[in-house]
Amino acid sequence: MVKFNRFTLDNGLRVLVHEDNTTPMAVLNILYDVGARDEDANQTGFAHLFEHLMFGGSVNIPSYDEPLQRVGGENNAFTSNDITNYYITLPAVNLETAFWLESDRMLSLAFSEKSLEVQRNVVIEEFKQRYLNQPYGDVWLKLRPMVYKKHPYQWATIGKEIKHIEDARIEDVKAFFKKHYNPQNAIMVVGGDVKTEDIKQLSEKWFGSIPAGEKYHRNLPQEPEQHDERRSTVTAKVPLNDVYIAFQMGARLDESYYAAELISDILSRGNSSRLYRNLVKEKQLFSEVHAYMSGSLDKGMFVFEGKPLENVSTEAAEAAIWEELEQIKTELIPADELTKVKNKIESTMIFSEMALLDKAMNLASFELLGNADLLNHETEKYLAVTTEEIKTLSNQLFRRDNSSTLIYLAEKA
Amino acid sequence: MIINRKNAPEFRTFDNINLIKPAHRKLDNGCNVFCFNSGDQELVRIEWVFENQRFDKNKPLLNVAVNTMLTEGTGSLTASQIADKVDFYGAFLQVDYGYDHSQVTLYSLNKHLQHTLPVIKDILTDSIFPEKELETFIRNQQQKLQVSLQKNDFIARRIFNKALYGDSLYGLVADTDTYKTLHRADMLHHFKQMYQPSNCTIVIAGKIEPEILELITNTFNDDWVNSAELSDVGQPELVASTEHFYFTEKPDALQSAIRMGLPAINRNHPDFAALQVLNTVLGGYFGSRLMANIREDKGYTYGIGSGMSSLKYGGALFIATEVGADVCKAAVGEIEKELILLQTELISEDELSLVRNFLLGSLLGSLENVFSHADKFKNLYFAGLDYSYYDRYVETVKTVSAEHLQQLAKQYLNFNQFYKVIVGKY
Repeated sequence: MVKFNRFTLDNGLRVLVHEDNTTPMAVLNILYDVGARDEDANQTGFAHLFEHLMFGGSVNIPSYDEPLQRVGGENNAFTSNDITNYYITLPAVNLETAFWLESDRMLSLAFSEKSLEVQRNVVIEEFKQRYLNQPYGDVWLKLRPMVYKKHPYQWATIGKEIKHIEDARIEDVKAFFKKHYNPQNAIMVVGGDVKTEDIKQLSEKWFGSIPAGEKYHRNLPQEPEQHDERRSTVTAKVPLNDVYIAFQMGARLDESYYAAELISDILSRGNSSRLYRNLVKEKQLFSEVHAYMSGSLDKGMFVFEGKPLENVSTEAAEAAIWEELEQIKTELIPADELTKVKNKIESTMIFSEMALLDKAMNLASFELLGNADLLNHETEKYLAVTTEEIKTLSNQLFRRDNSSTLIYLAEKA
Repeated sequence: MIINRKNAPEFRTFDNINLIKPAHRKLDNGCNVFCFNSGDQELVRIEWVFENQRFDKNKPLLNVAVNTMLTEGTGSLTASQIADKVDFYGAFLQVDYGYDHSQVTLYSLNKHLQHTLPVIKDILTDSIFPEKELETFIRNQQQKLQVSLQKNDFIARRIFNKALYGDSLYGLVADTDTYKTLHRADMLHHFKQMYQPSNCTIVIAGKIEPEILELITNTFNDDWVNSAELSDVGQPELVASTEHFYFTEKPDALQSAIRMGLPAINRNHPDFAALQVLNTVLGGYFGSRLMANIREDKGYTYGIGSGMSSLKYGGALFIATEVGADVCKAAVGEIEKELILLQTELISEDELSLVRNFLLGSLLGSLENVFSHADKFKNLYFAGLDYSYYDRYVETVKTVSAEHLQQLAKQYLNFNQFYKVIVGKY
């Protein structure tokens, strides 16, 4: 149970407070309701590049990091296809420094040309380090456009290509800030050794005078249901073949989300999971094989990934994955197996309450979904899923004409 | 309300860090148990920590393979039965191999401990390393290694460790053939020697009611006996290479991995804390000189950092990054400049006070929950230190002078003495 208090400033900024006096620390987490899905198709990677620029100085404060480190704080941020999230951890006695820094960059950035130039280079190096100079690093750049034909999930947060990042101009940066970075599009969570009354005062003091800005109304092209089997094969300088099969699945708020996650756990969580036990251990077809979900706010992806052993063809590997899928589609899973994955969900939830930053981020995410209190009702939704629902959903998801298969072949020397 | 947005709010530094200290109990079989009782959640983390056995260069993978395969079968449970039991009770079972120690960790809700503990007991007393599982392990490890060997930073780390530590657990460089030296009989023998109570330390953290502690200690006291053969935890002397420069060319590389550094002191040395401060200035935090120059000013890299490792028989100071292949030489030049600067110019009090506060804040922030307190204890205990170490650490961070740091830079940060490894283009 993660308790919290909530209030909203006149300018629309939503604030949640989680009091936890078991720690001398505090966290301040700000989620901006903007991600790579909000980008123009010709300017991809922009939300993430922008996240870097948020550290390049704000209107009244030339350096973001320096004053924070001076009071013993640390910070970071991440961008996903859905959101951009910034967080600070610091000794609770110095919490006001976090308010000062975060409010100033919500008010306005410095928009420095030098910062833009450097961060363009940094992000291009990030593009190379994580996506191009790694074996299999470009898989998502290839797989996303297979699964999504209309929705902007068809590109990764890093962007479609390096050129989009090279082309970013300061006017674009300013326009993006105006459109997305204002109190109405943000959710702030303050947690740790803090009191709600103090947070109210600090929030009013530092954020209260920031203009509300314009509300961004998201109107994205929705991805139509898939009715065709999609396949692609690429060859690259990688040591082993790799098989990816992606299925379209429901959005995060879809009722089926909980059953889908349990399916992924049954198939792939831990050493007792079906894929590991049957395909790695017993049939000895893969060195590794996994299932996971993108968990995205709009229509998501349910992905299988496996590296077959060298003496196993990709056709045989693919067939073996399908055999597991047919099994879960046709036979009800044993009650014990469902209990097992539910138990794991329950304990994971309790263990996650040990980490302050995780709690703050979770509250922000669920508030974005509609209500932070949903976090405290997650476990019961998983517990309510039945074996029949697992079977029904498996039949809906794991259809050939809902699949996108990417075969990644090792180039033979 | 008019507020001053130009100036930072007042801030405070703090004087004391409150560390939770453990209760200690020694079991009849010689196993030491340390207990950190705190927290609201009804759960525990239990770690069984064993010192690694002497390195044998003809069988270099024994320590890591035996540890990794502890979950692969016992006299009474198959690998899948072990996995079933652990997963069914929502527990998490991990095996972790480190340079000095190997361990088994169990995360469990207290209400399920009576079911999960016997599995661990079985693993620690009766692992049998079935031949079939060993074959699977070897094959899968060989495949994973092939993927890792395509990553420049992985290759750079191996070459660096080999140069610093030679033929030892720290310098081990395995190729796919190395896995052929693994044999079940050797593993069984290694297991019996290493995984015995006299070589085990149990560290428990979480909400530990008396009956929980009783359950744990009873499980690992009764009929867990030492074997006739003593554990052999000595290690061969570390011999660093005479060659200091290693370049592995990758003609297609978009980025080059750089790793450089040298053998240095470990936590037991009186200069360690001061050197940590110096390391932080150089490359130990986001605002460090290496990041400020090579990422934030030049844009050569996504990230660069320096670090220190403290091991039982040695330590190292190192710098690591991946940079654009076309700017690799320039990046190395900038690293050298930063090292020389630390030797020739005093760090300003402004920068130093920032680093002092940052390090104290990090220490405070690293104590997130009871698990972190246990981790702090392990750092001390396995280095043979006591809690006064952290008092000295805090004192050093607060008071170390720029002159002392300059002297340390002259002693430890000589670019010409560095081992330099580059993988990619140069």
